[in-house]
Amino acid sequence: MTDGTRPRGAERRLRAPRINPVWILLAVLIAAIIYMNTGFVEPTGYMNFLKRAAPLAILAAGQVYVITSGGFDLSVGSLITLVVVGSSMLTNNDPAATLWVIPLMLGLGLVVGFVNGLVVCFLRVPSLIATLGMMITLNGLAFLWSGGAPRGYLPDTYRFFGRELIRDVPLVGFIPVSVIVMAVVIGAYGWLMHRANLGRQVHAIGDNPVAAHLAGVPVARVRITAFVLSGLSGAVAGILLGGFAGVSTDVGAGYELQAITAAVLGGAQLLGGRGSVPAAFGGALALTAIFTLLNFLGLPQPVRQVVQGLILIAAVALAMHRRRQTGT
Amino acid sequence: MSVSGDPAPRRPAFRFERWAPLILLGGAFAIYVVVAFATGQAQYLTFENLIAILGRSIALGITAIGQTFVILVASIDLSVASLISATAVLASVIMDGEPGMILPAVLAALALGGVVGLVNGLVVSGLKVNPLIATLGMSLIIQGCLSAFVSNFAGAVPAEFQVFAYGQLGPFPFALLFLLALAVLAWAVLRFTKFGSDMYAVGGSEEAARFAGIKAGRVLVLSHVICSVCAAIAGLYLASRLRSGAPWIGSDGVYDLESIAVVVIGGTVLAGGRGGIWGTMAGMLIFSLIDSVFNIAGVDSFAKQVLRGVIIVAAVAFYAIRSKRIVA
Repeated sequence: MTDGTRPRGAERRLRAPRINPVWILLAVLIAAIIYMNTGFVEPTGYMNFLKRAAPLAILAAGQVYVITSGGFDLSVGSLITLVVVGSSMLTNNDPAATLWVIPLMLGLGLVVGFVNGLVVCFLRVPSLIATLGMMITLNGLAFLWSGGAPRGYLPDTYRFFGRELIRDVPLVGFIPVSVIVMAVVIGAYGWLMHRANLGRQVHAIGDNPVAAHLAGVPVARVRITAFVLSGLSGAVAGILLGGFAGVSTDVGAGYELQAITAAVLGGAQLLGGRGSVPAAFGGALALTAIFTLLNFLGLPQPVRQVVQGLILIAAVALAMHRRRQTGT
Repeated sequence: MSVSGDPAPRRPAFRFERWAPLILLGGAFAIYVVVAFATGQAQYLTFENLIAILGRSIALGITAIGQTFVILVASIDLSVASLISATAVLASVIMDGEPGMILPAVLAALALGGVVGLVNGLVVSGLKVNPLIATLGMSLIIQGCLSAFVSNFAGAVPAEFQVFAYGQLGPFPFALLFLLALAVLAWAVLRFTKFGSDMYAVGGSEEAARFAGIKAGRVLVLSHVICSVCAAIAGLYLASRLRSGAPWIGSDGVYDLESIAVVVIGGTVLAGGRGGIWGTMAGMLIFSLIDSVFNIAGVDSFAKQVLRGVIIVAAVAFYAIRSKRIVA
């Protein structure tokens, strides 16, 4: 999290290594869940939890790129809806169609991200408005395509990724396919962000685009790449969600804000310059854990909303407080 | 933030930015006239119909005036939609058909708006939480609290209060004159008061404004209060028009995102410090003209949504494309 921006004097004074608070939050929440329901330590418990968290975690990994580069991507929620609705229209109950529908949907995510990036970079529309427009457009397209009431269901071959389990795995018994997809995506995105040149460039343009430009970073290309990665993550999350939720025109509603929340919980700094894929993953898990916990407590939906709002504000306020203290 | 550094101040003959909203408005009006003639529905080109078009976007206009204030100080308010629902329900529950309770209900709604704005402003300026997150969290909290208590139309608005929405003064609806008065008042505040010029200063550069001796935090809080009070007024108007309050009227009208879109189309810059009320009013007119064009052209409602998203982006791009700033 603090690569390169460690507070001065950290070398001199001996102190505990700085742990991103999201992991502490996650540990506390997990402990609370285990206290409420001991079944959670069984593989069925935590694997189902991870499976539920997978789409959000993938989205958050993509969103981190856009946030770190200084923007927002509000279009991923409606992209999920479009992917699910579009898949159900295209596969048309034909199991063999999965083979070309899934690459097509990934391509759709890519194109949506690319267009977002182009609009932001070359039409100079702020990403908030650009992706908001994209969100409205994609939602309209999903309605238009399905005529308002999506028909049919997704074939089992398509739902493989979201629903199937790989059984007879030593140690844990079974692994849901979606968890494997999540691990691969998080791994790839994490590597790109923290080990590859792209990550450094994304951080640079988010921190100070003018300085990055003067230092020779291809600002437009990096920004577009960030949006493409986010769009791609939206498509993957849509394919997973199509697997475990049904087909409807509001599957993706609200996911864009949850993804931003998860990234922010993981310490990503809005308006750019700081962000971490593993921490966003932690944020997504923490957010899912909060929802799980509120479910266990039997709290109704309105209370969940209030709690989510309070946590969101508190997390950012805390992060800002820490930042002022350390002076970074 | 500009790459080349701003050029020395001189007065160009034609300031595009200043006239852009008017050009867009002229374009929208021309399209409206052309479509009306092309579809052989010239009967829509009457004064009464024009007034009717305006009447449909009064709530949006009132909200957008408030939103202009916060966007001018480089903040944003996503909580207006749920605040509109909350104040509409609150007012209609307090009135409950009793003409004598109109004044307490109005005061309560305005007070609720003031408190929400105060909290928003304090969280943004005091805790340094990004305004997007702060007001999004506030929106979740309000919506959660609201739907915990109310799930359907609640209370009733006495006929005396329905005058606000349905009353006429000559050919002009009351509410339209009210909107105009509010716009003039807002313009006067921005143009002639110290608070107005402080707002532009803080929006341009908070740090510079602080060094110049402006109490930036106070300006920020006050503009949030103004925004929320405007949203409360919009809630009162909607309660008067629907004759009752319901917890979904704000989110159904998408007043949060639409008011931001209206403000931005009106030429106010999301980064703050530039723009004004008349631009916002032009933006509102553009929005309602586009809606009427869709209606008389008989565009399918889903296709309408798609076009709407594209138009928002295109309108913002129309002048953003000329700026040399790097946006994110």
